[in-house]
Amino acid sequence: MRVGLVCPYSWDVPGGVQEHIRDLAEALMDLGHEVSVISPADNDEVLPDYVVPAGRAVPVPYNGSVARLAFGPLSASRVRRWVRDGGFDLLHVHEPAAPSLSLLACWVADGPIVATMHGANPRSRILHAAQPILQSALEKINARIAVSEAARTTLVEHLGGDAVLIPNGVSVRRYEKADPLPGWPGEGGAIGFLGRMDEPRKGLPILLRAFETLGQEREGLRLLIVGPGDIEEAAERVPEPLRDRVILLGQVSEDDKIRAYHSVDVFCAPNTGGESFGMVLAEAMAAGAPVVASDLDAFRSVLRGGRAGELFVTGDAADLARAVGRLLDDPERRASLSDAAAAAVRIYDWPTVARDVLQVYETVVPGTGRVRVVP
Amino acid sequence: MSPLASILLAVAVAVLLGVYISWRAGRIDRLHARVDAASAALDAALLRRSSVALELASSGLLDPATSVLLAGAAHDARLADDARELPESDLTRALRAVFSQPGFRSSLEGREGAEELLAELEGAAHKVFLARKFYNGAVAATQAARGRWLARLLRLAGGAAQPDFFEIDDSLAGTGEDLQGTDMPRLTS
Repeated sequence: MRVGLVCPYSWDVPGGVQEHIRDLAEALMDLGHEVSVISPADNDEVLPDYVVPAGRAVPVPYNGSVARLAFGPLSASRVRRWVRDGGFDLLHVHEPAAPSLSLLACWVADGPIVATMHGANPRSRILHAAQPILQSALEKINARIAVSEAARTTLVEHLGGDAVLIPNGVSVRRYEKADPLPGWPGEGGAIGFLGRMDEPRKGLPILLRAFETLGQEREGLRLLIVGPGDIEEAAERVPEPLRDRVILLGQVSEDDKIRAYHSVDVFCAPNTGGESFGMVLAEAMAAGAPVVASDLDAFRSVLRGGRAGELFVTGDAADLARAVGRLLDDPERRASLSDAAAAAVRIYDWPTVARDVLQVYETVVPGTGRVRVVP
Repeated sequence: MSPLASILLAVAVAVLLGVYISWRAGRIDRLHARVDAASAALDAALLRRSSVALELASSGLLDPATSVLLAGAAHDARLADDARELPESDLTRALRAVFSQPGFRSSLEGREGAEELLAELEGAAHKVFLARKFYNGAVAATQAARGRWLARLLRLAGGAAQPDFFEIDDSLAGTGEDLQGTDMPRLTS
């Protein structure tokens, strides 16, 4: 199948939507399909050969902040030319309600169109104001995919209609091999955490309480914390004697994030709720890190009821300390959990997710014919 | 000087002082009235600008991405009550971004109603620029008059609220034909 993917945001600016499209495009090509992506880009030279640049995105106030978007007659004519010359069997647009390339693609194209909704947008007023404008372009979409329940809810509330839920994939091959960060995990062992430091539902305070116990019991044990948030504020919550053994990296690049998963003996996901899927957990499993996670429904299902990782009583720092302690003392159990996790995460791997997406493609392609530009 | 002359002089000074103070109080009152009128004009200019922007957004003349951007910015500006400066500045920035897109004007050439709508929007944006200038001028004069020691001492402004400047980004220069540095901004591309 020949598929045209439309990315609304600058390819060379890091972002979840861009990563999703990159991984999907590569997975589809691995499955033998032809893929072309059109995307705004600031620097054409760093683009992979399957990406067609649509010019620079313009910073403009949108939805209460400044977004970098591609709009206007020039962007529209570039999308039109890409659709006309592409010979696509199907277009797959991402975030079509954002005023950028995806919306333009819906406007200029006729034929099978699939759309994926990524964001959960709590601000409905703008969508309301723009509804009549969006409606005629979005009516052309044959099938809709949402990456999360929150994205699906946003869609249903603001635009009506339903969507198929296909969660984000984890690109296992990007995660499975990486060198640990220099000096990690170290002789005394290391525990890892990844997530927003100042978001209580990510559970960092619980892990810090557990580390008070673990750190006193085990000399040399270190805690590696990665994720956005105020580093100094987080450091102040660590008791003074343990402070030099809690390493706060803040936000890091994608490569360093992958290396961080490979830098610890035990990875903790002490979330207290609000996780619909557990991307972080799946990434840690793909990196082969032995996992200790809260006993949330979503985590229990990702960890196969505890066979692919240890579960502890949600919110219970003492139970977390016990579970981590047991694993630190048992290298064999760690090795077997690591293997089990790497096997269990396969169902979230991009080739699997891409097959789910392909099934959606197949339901809309027969009978509708190729993608053309509207006259 | 005789006692009579001293009394007459004192009365004359008191009368003159009274006339002067009442003239100052009247001037502050007139300045407040000018601020009120300028404020109403500014309010009308802002409302008109967001209305015409919304009309252009929903006219079907623009591509949907540009339309959605413009509709969002205009809608936010219209709904803002107290904290109005940020959404109005955002509308200016959105207009600037939209009008400075390559080919924006040429894509509308010959389209029915396009020229009138663009001219109307340009006019409305220019009126915002002017109305804000006059309003801030009136506010500056009023604040200066109220700030003098005599006005403060005798509370000549009475219970009237101190007027505030209205600070937004309303510069549309740089969107096309080089009109920067002039007082006549145009949404030209």
